[in-house]
Amino acid sequence: MRRVAITGLGVVAPGGVGVKEYWDLLTAGRTATRRISFYDPSPFRSQVAAECDFDPAAAGLSPQEIRRLDRAAQFAVVSTREALADSGLDIAALDPGRVGTSLGSAVGCTTSLEREYVVVSDGGRKWNVDHEYAVPELYRHFVPSSMAAEVGRAAGAEGPAAVVSTGCTSGLDSLGHAVDLIREGTADVMIAGATEAPISPITSACFDAIHATTPRNDTPESACRPFDRTRSGLVLGEGAAILVLEELESARRRGAHIYAEIAGFASRCNAFHMTGLKPDGREMAEAIDVALGEAALAPDSVDYINAHGSGTKMNDRHETGAFKRSLGAHAYETPISSIKSMIGHSLGAIGSLEIAACALAMEHGVLPPTANLHDPDPELDLDYIPLTAREKKTDVVLSVGSGFGGFQSAMVLARPERRTA
Amino acid sequence: MTTATVVTGLGVTAPNGLGTEDFWKATLAGESGLGPVTRFDAGQYPSRIAGEVSDYVAEEHIPSRLMPQTDHMTRLALTAADWALADAGIDPEQMPEFGIGVVTSASGGAVEFGQRELQNLWSKGKEYVSAYQSFAWFYAVNTGQISIRHKLRGPSGVLLTEQAGGIDAIGQARRHVRKGFPAVISGGVDAAICPWGWVPQIASGLMSTVDDPERAYLPFAADASGYVPGEGGAILIVEDERSARERGAGQVYGEIAGYAATLDPAPGSGRPPGLRRAAENALADAGLTPADVDVVFADAAGTPAADRAEAEAITGIFGPHGVPVTAPKTMTGRLLAGGAALDVATALLALRDGVVPPTAHVTEAAPEHRIDLVTGQAREADLRTALVLARGHGGFNAALVVRRAA
Repeated sequence: MRRVAITGLGVVAPGGVGVKEYWDLLTAGRTATRRISFYDPSPFRSQVAAECDFDPAAAGLSPQEIRRLDRAAQFAVVSTREALADSGLDIAALDPGRVGTSLGSAVGCTTSLEREYVVVSDGGRKWNVDHEYAVPELYRHFVPSSMAAEVGRAAGAEGPAAVVSTGCTSGLDSLGHAVDLIREGTADVMIAGATEAPISPITSACFDAIHATTPRNDTPESACRPFDRTRSGLVLGEGAAILVLEELESARRRGAHIYAEIAGFASRCNAFHMTGLKPDGREMAEAIDVALGEAALAPDSVDYINAHGSGTKMNDRHETGAFKRSLGAHAYETPISSIKSMIGHSLGAIGSLEIAACALAMEHGVLPPTANLHDPDPELDLDYIPLTAREKKTDVVLSVGSGFGGFQSAMVLARPERRTA
Repeated sequence: MTTATVVTGLGVTAPNGLGTEDFWKATLAGESGLGPVTRFDAGQYPSRIAGEVSDYVAEEHIPSRLMPQTDHMTRLALTAADWALADAGIDPEQMPEFGIGVVTSASGGAVEFGQRELQNLWSKGKEYVSAYQSFAWFYAVNTGQISIRHKLRGPSGVLLTEQAGGIDAIGQARRHVRKGFPAVISGGVDAAICPWGWVPQIASGLMSTVDDPERAYLPFAADASGYVPGEGGAILIVEDERSARERGAGQVYGEIAGYAATLDPAPGSGRPPGLRRAAENALADAGLTPADVDVVFADAAGTPAADRAEAEAITGIFGPHGVPVTAPKTMTGRLLAGGAALDVATALLALRDGVVPPTAHVTEAAPEHRIDLVTGQAREADLRTALVLARGHGGFNAALVVRRAA
């Protein structure tokens, strides 16, 4: 069985561009949530978000790339370049047909689409929107598959490429897809990850309409409170994480730095409701069980869980139920945290950002905390690493995601030697 | 040891036929579903022809509680999925709890729903935005709604590669089946015939501006002038052959024998486009040679440059006039994420009945393409293997090899 190693990381996240800034933020327990600055949020129930301070030119994009690419695609291309440099892989020396691309995104180029919609509809006045005002990039924004093509081109990849779009599990599922392609032998290297730039009035409006986002507007920096008694909803975020994945033996042969092995992955559907969750977490637990089984690791080998932890009442109960169901008594001894408390919920991107955080946690022996967790919900009785990062050597890490459409996904990272031992 | 992955059920919603047999009858007869746009007033636009699914009454197929939360696209997808499951004779309740997944393709999401809510937001205010907007427009909506409706809890997903997506979804479904899941509901159904779905396509510069439905979309013809969009697609039941046998499936349409996908290199790189490589890889995956292929279902982009590139890929593999080529999508238009899935369904029906449907409206392929394009009448032939090609905007290529059931 071919195995899959993570050999490169690239990140654009709230709080900074690049892996170093990202890890500094997470380990400091600092939050990047703030009052929305991209547009006037005052009409909305929820007025906070975790925005990236991203200057595309400073991040290395050319003027033509800046014109051509939606913000989410810009994040993805910048992250791709960082991840490739980090991996030390010389793609030009490989067969480009053996290098694939898998990019997760839940809502695609929604920011550009809304901006252009407003123009062609003249502020929403015209149903028959005006094609004479359409920019040439409009079709690229309309089909977000264009972003996978951009990432592939940025990497020089000519193998299979696709956008994986499964709502808020896209960022885990795109990595799971990439793992499949390497294992089955279709690709030797995958440029894989996810991107999202959803902070836009239409996104605010639709999350407002179902009260999914927090109305805690007076204290934006502590608005996202996973596992806390006072939690009141998610905070929108944005960003991207791209990983270079390689077949393990060839990564070892070239002496690559290996952050971790992606040892197991599974995704299931709850077939219950497009946005609702059953409290028992049964389908997420099934995904966790199968991912651990695929990794051939026992439930009590899990050293850390990176939770979905969106900070909604329902989610945090749901996944706590899933952890207990899958890990049994070990769930009570396993440190768990939600980095969404710091960087918000970047929908389709967050799963890849969380896996990047897991890889860094294994690398540095430090677990990022759950910020803003001052008043634990007595109903949620696991160890959620409140407020401050914790030093701990980890060999096996679990990350989970849950999303609209009923998708439940789980991924297991491990030190490669841990599995062969 | 993997067993074969087969297709045991089809559900078709197409502009020239609702339901598999109506569609197939029309397709063999060369009956087109293209006509002037009726779903909105297209008079102001340079392109005014579409393939609309015209005789579909959603209320006859969709429970009333789902109507406010679904777009036209998702209703067509739910209907196609219902038909495919019924055709396969699968009762999900009789299958293992996590045994069946759903993998579909998408392109621009449920655009008409999205346009209405954008208009509500920008013309009236945020309190007028539907509570369903958070999921009803997005790319994962068809997969999610199909899984909920039939209580399917297996591995599921959504792949976006524009027009190539239907093949990629079926390829992904085969992956899940090979891992041991008995069946996956797969394919793609799309619908974007509304102004906010139309204008981005105009901006692409690839749409035909010819007003005659019989002359607007003429792939491989000397006067090819672009494509005509359509709506609809196909849902397929992709099943493990052993599972199909054990439950006594009514029919096996054929085997998914080979699949591959590639990405074109960056424009100006001097490297060749990836369609030929995708086709060759799919044949290698099937363990077949070009001589085994009896018919090619072409992507048929309908612009001179793209047609030339595809003809070069085909003649590069099969030689000039080396294999019958057809593009029955001239009767439906290009269905975005639904097109390649419908082509796979069509190829399976062609294998079943031993007949190649025609490329309607095209009198003859331009001689420079050197392909044996099936035009005019359907062509009877002993068909064992079909190659289906698809390309997605931005450089995506996908190829699928289907074989007749033994």
